[in-house]
Amino acid sequence: MSRIGVFVCHCGENIARMVDVTRVAEETAKLPGVAVSVDYRYMCSDPGQNMIKEAIREHKLDGVVVAACSPQMHEPTFRAAVVEGGLNPYLCEMANIREHCSWVHTDKELATQKAIDLVRIMVEKVGKNQELFPIKVPVTKRALVIGGGIAGIQAALDIASGGHEVVLVEREPSIGGNMARLSETFPTLDCSQCILTPRMVEVDRDPRITLYTYAEVEEVGGFVGNFKVKIRQKAKSVIADLCNGCGDCWNKCPQKKIPSEFDAGLGYRTAIYVPFPQAVPNTPVIDRERCTKFLKDKCGICEKVCTLNAIDYTMEDEIIEVEVGAIVVATGYDLFSVGKDQPNEQWTGYGEYNYDAYPDVIDGIQFERLLSASGPTQGEIRRPSDGKEPKSVVFIACVGSRDPEKGLEYCSKICCMYIAKHAMLYKHKVHDGQPYVFYMDIRAGGKNYEEFVRRAIEEDGVLYIRGRVSKIYKDGEQLVVVGADTLSDSQVQVRADLVVLATAIVPHRDAYELAQKIGFGCGSQGFFSEAHPKLRPVETNTAGIYLAGACQAPKDIPDAVAQAGAAASKVQLLFSSDELEREPIIASVNEATCVHCRNCIRVCPYSAITDKEIKDKKGNLIKMVAEVNEGLCLGCGACVAACPSKSIQLAGFNDEQVFAEITALGSG
Amino acid sequence: MSDETKTEDKPAAAEKEWQPRIIAFVCNWCTYAGADLAGTSRMVYEPHVRIIKLPCSGRIDVSFIIKAFEQGADGVMVSGCHPGDCHYTAGNYHARRRFGGFRDLLEFCGFDMRRVVFSWVSAAEGKKWADLVNEAVAKIRELGPFKEYQKLLAEDIWRKEETNSDRETG
Repeated sequence: MSRIGVFVCHCGENIARMVDVTRVAEETAKLPGVAVSVDYRYMCSDPGQNMIKEAIREHKLDGVVVAACSPQMHEPTFRAAVVEGGLNPYLCEMANIREHCSWVHTDKELATQKAIDLVRIMVEKVGKNQELFPIKVPVTKRALVIGGGIAGIQAALDIASGGHEVVLVEREPSIGGNMARLSETFPTLDCSQCILTPRMVEVDRDPRITLYTYAEVEEVGGFVGNFKVKIRQKAKSVIADLCNGCGDCWNKCPQKKIPSEFDAGLGYRTAIYVPFPQAVPNTPVIDRERCTKFLKDKCGICEKVCTLNAIDYTMEDEIIEVEVGAIVVATGYDLFSVGKDQPNEQWTGYGEYNYDAYPDVIDGIQFERLLSASGPTQGEIRRPSDGKEPKSVVFIACVGSRDPEKGLEYCSKICCMYIAKHAMLYKHKVHDGQPYVFYMDIRAGGKNYEEFVRRAIEEDGVLYIRGRVSKIYKDGEQLVVVGADTLSDSQVQVRADLVVLATAIVPHRDAYELAQKIGFGCGSQGFFSEAHPKLRPVETNTAGIYLAGACQAPKDIPDAVAQAGAAASKVQLLFSSDELEREPIIASVNEATCVHCRNCIRVCPYSAITDKEIKDKKGNLIKMVAEVNEGLCLGCGACVAACPSKSIQLAGFNDEQVFAEITALGSG
Repeated sequence: MSDETKTEDKPAAAEKEWQPRIIAFVCNWCTYAGADLAGTSRMVYEPHVRIIKLPCSGRIDVSFIIKAFEQGADGVMVSGCHPGDCHYTAGNYHARRRFGGFRDLLEFCGFDMRRVVFSWVSAAEGKKWADLVNEAVAKIRELGPFKEYQKLLAEDIWRKEETNSDRETG
């Protein structure tokens, strides 16, 4: 007979208000195998934990059940206490009588009965628990950073400064991300490129950072400390080691009218190109879908003009395999698309804004490019349709954000600020122009942010109109913006030469696919899920994978940089020891009964189960069985349920334990 | 001897009216956390469900469901991460496929499938968990106690021969 201790927590009034904790302790004391059952005001406090430790010694306990909050909250606390009391940590279980009971029920009698049942389940389980010991695995002290925007750059630099190798993978031909496209940044109005490009160059020069641009993560296997990553290096058609970035090739390329992705379609690039002049690395790539050489096997001018023989039309995609111990995901954001072209059926776009039809209705990032000194207009504000200077510009906030009917429920966080910035910068460049802003609320919660918006209104005369826009139509050369002014309760019409839509921030279009590939969660809006919204904001639920920047939620630059630094410090924490301890919740095979049906091998998501030969002394094969690799098994238990001969068991959740839990609820 | 006569004899027993007994098998990462969220959000729901936590819905053996009914449950809930969101990549797909076949088998045996609720509840869906529990409890209340199975048990058809022979030898 086991000797189990039951410890019922009041959690102040949180549990005791709805559950008769004294009765829970009294009733569970009567259960077979329970040696002691007590209740206490705060089990997690020092005196509470000491109570458990003393009881283990005094009553020679071989199992502990703490009836308190969710194990997500305090399981580590109580397991540590049990260890100090001299027991194996896996002989301690928690009955969740707070989140699953006292907080959600209103009938004290029924809640108390439920609490007693929940304790009974765990008492029966603990009776079948076995001592388990952590598995030790080595740590590869190299990190992978996915995404070379400001968050990825910051994370890579910080990890490298800590003395570790970093592999940085960027999909575009250059690092820099969205920040490189910005003109000036709020609330200080310093030039985005001026603060970003030195960091980009640092990445390129740091010998500890290996940079793969124009590359994508193809496959991620393994587990914390021991990830195996396959990176697809797309064929650049230019030999990076030979190229010195002179620019002869792209200056001579006859394909000059390809809309530039970097300029959000407002400018043009060539078929062989670097996205922008300060690109890092400064090696061009050939866009094979647009290049005459690849399309028609003609031209070949770039090869002829390259004095360094760096052009290689036969180059093929290459798969690079790297082993890393930790992964920082920093894939950034996309913009909500306003027009007809929508990534999914839920979104309908804003047909009434005529984004597709009118070239002078543009989005925020396009306006950034117009403002940028290195942009398609060299920083002069010219409207796309006829190149004239707009004398009246309307900015519309929350296009897609805070609009569950047509777009997304959440606030994109940065738009209020960049609209104020846009309006301000416009006014600085076009002194006789008038900026208008249609807004719902002004959300300027950040250091010096409110002051910034106030400056836009008071010093630069930006006209803020509180209300939504219902329609934009063309009248002659101008656009008419029809909207509501809810403060004066009237409809307003504003004639504008240019309309700028502050479109919502959405997760990167491939975010979900990447999360699937690596194996961590996405929230309902598609942003990557952090392990805990408050206490573990940079970790994912998968050990060894961290998040940085706007891939987790809309963020401005300071927040993205702060999170990247936090992710980097988590990585360094992981790399601070040579070995990792992993939870011993893993599967194991009973070789005597295994019939080698291979069901387990088929269902294992981690390829942790392999075939094993059993031979006699002479080396003759007796039988084949399945074998679990302890390092790879993460303990999901799919193999256990799939095994027809019950020859695989999962430590901590074996059949005997689960049946004991069910029987605990039995009537008899 | 029926329950009704008992109740008439002892009016005090009426206080102890029948309450549905539902056992829920949930995965640790989504549904358990979703139920936690219902707790932290103080969403009130029916107190008749007892959760048994497993690492993944892929670990849920169909025999657990049978065992739960054998132990007197009136209903069973099974819930894991949404398809595509499994913490272990694909455990919920295995679960879905397994329960698909199992469901057909139970139905073939004349089992009332309204007593088994399969669902996906994510860690963010506290409200969905609360609603599911309420719906399940309402449904089981409507169906009443799972007498069919309990009758089989009472008639002891499983162990009759065994016990009889035990008695004879004893």
